[in-house]
Order: sequence, then C-alpha cells, then structure tokens
Amino acid sequence: MINHTILEMRSITKEFPGVKALADVSIEVRAGEIHAICGENGAGKSTLMKVLSGLYPYGEYSGDIIFQGKPVQFRDIRSSEAAGIVIIHQELALIPELSIAENIFLGNEPTRFGAINWDLVNRTALELLARVGLSEDPTTKVKDIGVGKQQLVEIAKALNKSVKLLILDEPTAALNESDSQHLLDLMAGLRSKGITCIMISHKLNEIEQIADSITIIRDGRSIETLHVKDDGVDEDRIIRGMVGRSLESRFPEHTPTIGETFFEVRNWTVGHPSVPDRLVCKNSSFHVRRGEIVGFAGLMGAGRTELARSVFGRSYGTYRSGQIVMDGKEVTLRTVPQAIDAGLAYVTEDRKSLGLNLLDDIKTTTVSANLKKITRGLVVDRDEEFRVAEDYRKSLRTKTPSVNEGVAKLSGGNQQKVVLAKWMFTDPELLILDEPTRGIDVGAKYEIYGIIQKLADQGKGVIVISSELPELLGLSDRIYTIFEGAITGELDRRNANQESLMKLMTASRKSA
Amino acid sequence: MKSLKHLFGGNTRQFGMIFALVALVVFFQWRTGGKTLTSVNMMNLFNGNSYILILAIGMVLVIIAGHIDLSVGSIAAFVGIVVAIAMRDWGIPWYLGVLLGLVLGMLIGAWQGFWVAYVGIPAFIVTLAGMLLFRGANQRVGNSLTVPVPEGFRYLGAGYLPEIGPTTGYNNLTLLIGFALVAFVVYNEFRGRRRLEKIKAQVPPSWVPVVKVVLLSAVILYATYLFATGRPGTSFPVPGIILGVLVIIYAFVSNKTILGRHVYAVGGNRHAAELSGVKSKRVNFMVMMNMSVLAALAGMIFVGRSTASGPSDGVGWELDAIAAVFIGGAAVTGGVGTVVGSIIGGLVMAVLNNGLQLLGAGADDTQIIKGLVLLVAVAFDVFNKSQGKPSIIGLLTRNLGGGGGTRKTDADAPNPAPTEQAVGTKEVISHDV
Repeated sequence: MINHTILEMRSITKEFPGVKALADVSIEVRAGEIHAICGENGAGKSTLMKVLSGLYPYGEYSGDIIFQGKPVQFRDIRSSEAAGIVIIHQELALIPELSIAENIFLGNEPTRFGAINWDLVNRTALELLARVGLSEDPTTKVKDIGVGKQQLVEIAKALNKSVKLLILDEPTAALNESDSQHLLDLMAGLRSKGITCIMISHKLNEIEQIADSITIIRDGRSIETLHVKDDGVDEDRIIRGMVGRSLESRFPEHTPTIGETFFEVRNWTVGHPSVPDRLVCKNSSFHVRRGEIVGFAGLMGAGRTELARSVFGRSYGTYRSGQIVMDGKEVTLRTVPQAIDAGLAYVTEDRKSLGLNLLDDIKTTTVSANLKKITRGLVVDRDEEFRVAEDYRKSLRTKTPSVNEGVAKLSGGNQQKVVLAKWMFTDPELLILDEPTRGIDVGAKYEIYGIIQKLADQGKGVIVISSELPELLGLSDRIYTIFEGAITGELDRRNANQESLMKLMTASRKSA
Repeated sequence: MKSLKHLFGGNTRQFGMIFALVALVVFFQWRTGGKTLTSVNMMNLFNGNSYILILAIGMVLVIIAGHIDLSVGSIAAFVGIVVAIAMRDWGIPWYLGVLLGLVLGMLIGAWQGFWVAYVGIPAFIVTLAGMLLFRGANQRVGNSLTVPVPEGFRYLGAGYLPEIGPTTGYNNLTLLIGFALVAFVVYNEFRGRRRLEKIKAQVPPSWVPVVKVVLLSAVILYATYLFATGRPGTSFPVPGIILGVLVIIYAFVSNKTILGRHVYAVGGNRHAAELSGVKSKRVNFMVMMNMSVLAALAGMIFVGRSTASGPSDGVGWELDAIAAVFIGGAAVTGGVGTVVGSIIGGLVMAVLNNGLQLLGAGADDTQIIKGLVLLVAVAFDVFNKSQGKPSIIGLLTRNLGGGGGTRKTDADAPNPAPTEQAVGTKEVISHDV
C-alpha cells in the first residue's frame, strides 16, 4: 500500500505578531499511511495543520506545499477540501440540533429542482455510517449521540467529501477507551482503503499502536521523522524526541508520609440533576488520609466527576443521602462557599468552560476563590493581589512574561498551574483534582505531578481523578475504582496494576 | 502613540472615546461659532442627559453580568407617576417622595431580579415583560394624564447649588468642587506612582504624570469656570452632582470590591465563578435590582426637570443607555465593560445630540448620525481586534495599572481583562502554535 509521497510541506514558516510559530518545518507523508505528528503543546502541530488546510491562507506563511505531485496554494478550507484534504478539529464542528445526515451534508446538500433531496441525503448518510461502523438512524439529532459517535459522524462527513488526506487533531482526546479503540480500528480500515491520515495526538500508546511514521515537532521546528517499523520506535523514544531529552521517570521520586484519616464520605447517594430517578452516585463511601494521594479510576461517564462535584458543595446533581465527616465531625456542605470554607478545593476537568474566566488575567484568577483574604475593609488590595500571584508564579514556575498576562494566552500546562495556584491560595485541606493533566504536555505533566506530591507532603489530602491508568498508578498511594456511580474496589498502590483496575472499572461490585 | 497611552492611563477604548469626545466638542465649538462651550449650554447638556447617564451606570453592570434591561424607561415612568401622585394627593414632602420612589424601584428590581436570578428566565424576556407591564402601570395609575410635581422636587432635576460665602462673582460651591477635583487628580497620580514603585512594576517616565495632571487640571478648571460663571443663581447643576457621586461610588464598587469582582466573574464565565464560590444568583439579583433603583432615580430626576410626570416619560431611554454602554466598550456577551467607559460613551452621544441641535439639524438626521456612530464605534473595536492588534495594545496598556486619575479617566487600574476585549465578541484570540 505505502508507496509514493502524497504530501510534502517544505520549509513552512509562519509568524504571528511577536511569535514565530513555525520555523522551517518540513514534513513528508506517503500515500496510504497513518502519519502521526507529535510534539508538546505549543510546539506548532495545530498551526501546521491550519496551514495545510488553508485556514491560514497562502501568503500568510512562507514555504511550499506539494500535494499529489503538484504545488498547491489554498486560500481557505473550501479550496483544500476541493483538493481532498479534510481536517477534523479537536472541537467537533457539528451542529447539535441538526440530524446526523444533515450534518454530514451541511454546506454540500444535494438538491433536486432547488429543494434538498432528503431521500438521497438519508440514503447516502446511511451508507457512510455503515462505512464508519456506526449503527444509528441518520435522522437522529447529533446532540443525542455521544462524543465517540459524533467523532465517527465527522469522519463520515469527511468520507462524503471524497477525502484523500484526512487530518485528525486529537481525535481520541475526549473518548473513552473502547470508543478510542473503535476509532483507531476505523483509521486502520481507512488506511487499507488507501486513505492517508495525519493524526495529532498526545496519547503516545495509540501512536505507537497505529502510526506508520511519526514526525516530531519541537518549538516550531521539525526535529525528525521516525518510521515505526524500521526504527523500532517506542513511547520513550517519542518522548525523547518531543522534549529533547529523555525522561528517566515520568513521575518525580516521592516517599509519602501518610497520617490519620481526616476526610470521610459515607454512603453518598446523589440523583441526576434533570432525571431525578437516575442515581449518579450510589451509596459511595471513601476516605482520605493526611498526606495521601488517592486515585479515582473509572471510565468516562462512570460518575467520578459527579461524585467529586456533589461532595464539593453539592455543585452537581440532587443530594439524596450520605454524610461527610471531617476530622471526626460531621459537616454539611450545601454550597460551594461552604465547601471552600471547610477546606475543600476542586480543580475541574474542563478548564476552559468550568475552571477559568478566559477574560481574566493571571493575577485576578489566582485570587478569585479567596478574595476575602486580600480585602481590607471594602477594598480588594491590588498590591497584595499582585504579590500573591507573583509568589505563585515563582513557586510553581508558571511560564509567562508577567502575571498581568491574560490566562487565555497561556498553554494548557501553565493554565493548570494558575488554576492550582488559585486553589492553593484558599489554603485547602483536601484538593480534588479532576483530570489534572488533561491536554497538558509531557514536560508540564511532570511538574504538575511534583506540585501534587508537594501538596501531599504538606499534610493535605489529595484526590486525583484520571482516565489515564499509568498516571494513577504512578501518582496515587491508594486507588478507588468506580463503575456506574458505585465504588467497586479499593486497591493499594502495591496491589494495583492496569489489569486489576480495568477489571474493577468495568464490572459491577459483586455484592451490589 | 505610546506616550499618549501613558497619559490616559491604559484603557485604549476609553482613550479613543475621550479623544472622540474632545474632538466632537472642538468640532461643534467651531461649527456653532462658540455656542457649545458656554455656561448655559453646558448646564443644559448635563441637565438634559444626566438621567440617561445614570441609567448607563446601572446598565453597564447588568451588561457585564451578561444580561440586558429593556424595562428601565417604563420603570422610570411608573415610579415618576406614583411619586408625583403621592406628593399631590397625600401631600407628602418631596424628600419622602424621593424615598418612596427609591423603595418602589427596589421592589420592582427585586421582582425582576427574582425572575432573572432565581427562576432563570433570560433578562431579555423578563425586562421586555417589565417594559410593557410598567408602561401600562404608569398609564393606569396616572390615567394617561400629566401630574405636576411640587417646587422642592424640581430641585432634583433642575436645581443649582446655593450661593454661599463671600461674593466673588463666581458660584463658590462650584469653585470648591472644581478645586477639590484638581487636588484629587494630583493626589491620585502621586499615589498611583508610589504604588507602582512599591510593587516594582514598570513606572512611566516622569514627564507623564506632570503633563497628565496639567492637562486634566486645565480641563477641570475650564469646566469649573464655565459652570461658575453662568447667570447668577446657577452653578454646576444638581443632577450633574448626583451623577458625579454615583459614578464615583459605582466605579469604586465595580473596580475595588468583592461584589464588583463577582459581577465580572459571573459575566465572564458563570460556571467557573460558581465553582470558585461566587453566589451567582445573588450577583444577578443584585445587578437587576440595582438597575431598577437607578431607573427610579433617573425617572424622578426627569420628572423634576420637566416639572411633571407624564404617560410617555422615558420612552426609548433603555436604548440610549444601552448604546452608551456599548460605545463605552462593553461586550454583548458579558464580562467586559467599565462604568467610566459607559459615562464617556453616554457623553459622546449627549454632545452629538446637543451639537447637532445647536446646528439646527432635525431629529431625523440626528438619529441617523447617532445610529452610525454606534455602529462605527463598535466596528472600530471589532476591526482593531481582528487585526491582532489588541494583544499589542494590551501589552502597552497592561502595565500601566495605577495610572488612572479622576472621573475622566478610569479610577484605578482599569480592569485589565476588559481593556483588551472588543465589543460584541468575547472569543479570545489564542495563537495555538
């Protein structure tokens, strides 16, 4: 299958005011392969793909793009799509209120006598859905299917445009294990049909599994291209290329000092916010000791976030029953302010829509959960605000020119550091970190792990919720597993491995 | 350009607006042959627009929080008629009338705030309903008639400061206010500089504060001169003083207090704010209620000025107030805007109105021009942003935290986030490289 070169990008350079995003990047993709592009966040992967898809039109960058042997100059997405290049963005571009078929044909509707030919639309959609292995009625609204299936609809949409080169930007970022696997299988299937794929991903295990070649980009430069079969590539090899050094360990050395139990949740039961009969947490009990990092493992939708948020001032769902006991005394945390006052902190999995006000700058964000502490009389003390933010910037090593910078401009890792600073400033006893390293590159992950461990060493309890089992195994002292809203197991770090966790995460508790 | 930015303490949008305001005043002064900058005209300007500017103060908070209030004109009219009838039929003194009006405004605000904050009905709907409801209530209570108000009440909308102290040929109280403002400008500039030095932030070169203080003082002293030398018995008008006090209070609240921060937080990202412990329902309730109280006050000032309350008072006010807020740099999607910016936006509209009237333009042309100004001002912002400029301007202006001065410039460190955001679009330019 793999033979000639289908795409070549030569010496691509793209500048933004004040930043050189891409400097002399070259990449060569062979027809019929899956070509992965790896690099830390901010390395320039997405920019390169935006250049390729015409989002940054010809003229805004320098360098040549040669597609199917001919130099091309795309003015916009339409012109790149006309050539057979389709990009599927990380944030899906589907319209939730429209049906699957309508979405597939959006902007491309077949008409008969000026009216949309719905028969043809739905019939073709059904064929396309079969090709991507999705058994859904084409008239189902997109909002009614899960993210994994939406991803497949996007691919069906691309197939409808008779795609030759499919670009997938972080296709599995929002998918659970089984959906991810299905998508990867589908990509392999497309490959066998001769469709070339470029895939951007942070999930190195997936890249190792599926990619034929890998181009590594670092700081806006193409570093190297690896051929998976010939070069004997493994995850460590990729990481070495991405960070420019080898990471001996992906987790900092840490010896926990674990104290007594100070936080306990007993028989916690919570109803779904809009479907009262459905329980999102079922009779869950867990505890956290001082200085301990407790992991929560579960598939997406298992109820991990729901459990965390309902404990954090009942900010999710409707409370049914259960107690929270802190330092031996039962406490009632009805609202988020009460939870914060009691010493709880919750770092959300969805940084952009639940964690940050993207209009704010670093310093206002840092103090936003504890304004009282820097308020004298009626006045918020801006000098104090600046000093606090500056202290955290230094101690967490946030990369930014100044704390006056807007949080929207920071990379994921640095945004997460600002969010951590915000919660550290509330001086919590228990930190609940929901997917603390989602969308964060390898180097920054290491630093975040270090911060988490330091917090535990200060005698705080830390709960880490994560979809990445290696992360939980590397970080936690103890791990709970959740399945369908119920806690199905509790494993000590020593007894836990990916298999034992996965078993508990997917099977219901025997007694339940 | 950079030096100019230094002078005006940061907010580009406000800088542009101040510049436009000055240019407009100069233009009309020239075209009207000196009829713009006269004591009488300036007093008219303030008397005739203070109620819109007061509405703009409340409206900007509503808009920052992500809502809108269409009912302010009707509320103003309803409160006006109730107070007028209470004073006429029950014979209550004017100050109790004012109190009654404010309490009524608060109750109406609580009603609207309840639906918006606690029931979760969009403010657009709630206040559209309110707009109909209270207009109807005004006409029902007043039988669609005009009800005059007593002399004392008129002081509120058309009064002047008394003449006290030695005979200087000027209105002494106006002079006093002018001098106090100049002193405040000097003090504030000095303090802002000290503060920047203390936190080791970048301090603008030393000529900046000197030029700035001199310029601002000159403007204030000239205005003082104009207002103090009107015909005997006039001064800086009472509605203007009420407005000034409100601007100071609200600029302080929005910039420096926890409540102010929370309004911006709720408008910027309500969910993130809630998870940070902000009681967003309470914040929404407060801004909606506050708006109605200010609408009540604006209505009473208007009634005082026109000596009677009528069935069509306040028609279209909401749109004037909303226009002022957006010209002043607020974003439709919330989270962005400043009190001082909105006042400047309102003044731009007021000067435009006034100047065109002096030039003898009809209501038709005036409206066309005002519409275009609103569109161009916002388009300018969007254009500015789409060119990737805000990030550069943002960089220039960000470090100038404590550079603000008086009511004319922003009080203190204009909220950094809002400065770099354009109207209408909240989407953030992030170069994902």
